[in-house]
Amino acid sequence: MTEMLGLVNHWIAVILLVAGLYIVVARGNMVKKLVGLAIFQSTVYLLYLTPGKVLGASPPILSEAFETYSNPLPQVLILTAIVVGIATQALGLALVVRINEAYGSIEEDEVQRQDDAA
Amino acid sequence: MIAQHFPILIVVLPLLASPLALLLRRSEAAWLLSLAVSWLLPFIALSLVRQTAGGEVISYAVGGWPPPIGIEYRIDSLSAFVMLLVSGVSALVVTFARSSVADEIPASRRAGFYAAYMVGLAGLLGMAASGDAFNIFVFMEISSLSSYVLIAIGRDRRALSASYRYLIMGTIGATFYVLGIGLLYAMTGTLNLADLAERLPAVENTRPVLAAFGFIVVGLSLKLALFPLHVWLPNAYAYAPSTASAFLASTATKVAIYLLLRFIFSVFGIDFSFKAVPLEPILLALSIGAILVASLVAMFQQNVKRMLAYSSIAQIGFITLGIAIANMDGMTGAIVHLFNHAVIKGALFLLVGCVVFRLHSAQLEDMAGIGTKMPVTMTAFAICGLAMVGAPGTAGFISKWFLAVGAADQGRWWLVGLMMVGSLLTLVYMARVLEIAFFRPPSPRLEKVTEAPLQLLLPALALSAATIWFGIDTTGSAGFAQQAAAALLGLPPGGQ
Repeated sequence: MTEMLGLVNHWIAVILLVAGLYIVVARGNMVKKLVGLAIFQSTVYLLYLTPGKVLGASPPILSEAFETYSNPLPQVLILTAIVVGIATQALGLALVVRINEAYGSIEEDEVQRQDDAA
Repeated sequence: MIAQHFPILIVVLPLLASPLALLLRRSEAAWLLSLAVSWLLPFIALSLVRQTAGGEVISYAVGGWPPPIGIEYRIDSLSAFVMLLVSGVSALVVTFARSSVADEIPASRRAGFYAAYMVGLAGLLGMAASGDAFNIFVFMEISSLSSYVLIAIGRDRRALSASYRYLIMGTIGATFYVLGIGLLYAMTGTLNLADLAERLPAVENTRPVLAAFGFIVVGLSLKLALFPLHVWLPNAYAYAPSTASAFLASTATKVAIYLLLRFIFSVFGIDFSFKAVPLEPILLALSIGAILVASLVAMFQQNVKRMLAYSSIAQIGFITLGIAIANMDGMTGAIVHLFNHAVIKGALFLLVGCVVFRLHSAQLEDMAGIGTKMPVTMTAFAICGLAMVGAPGTAGFISKWFLAVGAADQGRWWLVGLMMVGSLLTLVYMARVLEIAFFRPPSPRLEKVTEAPLQLLLPALALSAATIWFGIDTTGSAGFAQQAAAALLGLPPGGQ
């Protein structure tokens, strides 16, 4: 049981991963798909940050009072990954806006139907 | 000495050119800047190829932080080879771009097109140069974001939904890759590829490492459009502007394949990838599926760009087949086909770009009888088509020869037979285009069509000539590929 609780972050990560991916696959609305993608990407943040924290260690600010520090690198990496995620979301939403202008719909089926008709 | 900074310059120059191109605003100025930068890069890459030719590895500490603390750019013969390929094809594509972009993209977006193109180029070169797994992820996303823009920027509204679908699938691929890297980092505490390779054997048979291998291979397979993860590719290439199609088709998937090679052979090692994980049968089955299914689908396409896109998926199947064979000749075939396919497909897409420039359509029915109106373009198309099939004397023959020898070495003659079937299918869909172009009566649409202007024709012909050149003089391509294959397999250079 304690082992299960110790891995709680990983359990959440797995649930987010599967839930996000399910939304991306199952939804036809293009904005909802992007939301699913954001949930899916947030798995990465959790998975990187969790092992970076060392129990009983201080934040990585150098001081003579402490000997063990948590690993600061995952936080820097995830800062980068968040920026990448924002860029992707922004571009994706911009594309949806233009799809809405061009097709008058953001439902995948409807866009597909108009493409097939053309 | 400036030469010692070449590994970073080749990435930074196009990265700097991008905002400059946007600031210049006028499309002519942005094009001239992109042209100057694009023609500079192949020479830098050539110098890197020369430096690494003897099997030496260039290590460059970014920002002066020595690895493994800082990010390391690590250039060996394979990555220099890929960088030369990407920058060389890109130089010709940018030369081609001016008239084609002016024709296909609204004036207000042209400077933006060149800016996105330069970012994409920087991303692809960075993926090849970097020796840091997370840095590779960042460059992967840089190049992917730029390719979504390049695809969506034209006038065709179908490009928008194609780009959106590519964005969804591309992001899933990149996220899978970075999840795998995260698991590896948790297990080994390093992101440096060379360090990873050293530390992985100690934790090899743990579940996170196995999961990481799965995540990374599936993520990269999405990026390189391995069947059946290819569904984003056909529409993206078919409805993108001609320049973007030519650039992406010949470079983007190739760099992803390079990364797959890097991870399978350099990081995880051939023993782990092929013995601890059943990679070979999976890769073999998917490659054969790609070759047969995509070639069959290509035969029924009405749009010539869409047909070439399906052909790309089939040819990627040939490359991954060589990886699955994983002996000296098979690997050489995979690497040399990576090179040759980039050259041939780049030439074909540029030639179709010439046709689209005059015809304003890529539908096969509109191309009826175009061979009499654009004889030079369509003759070059015929030659490149034959190269794609693998006719002797062209580049395609060399790579398929190596692949066949690799398969025959393992006594898998059925595989050689399947490759022949795949090549025959290629012949069928290429011949279909030529039949329509040369032997049908010209459609009334063609009345005002003449040969494409020289500015479009010359880069396309240069790449077409390269497909013959690399079919005859193979020291540059196959010789180099052999060396790179030996290095990946851990054999002495040229040895069996």
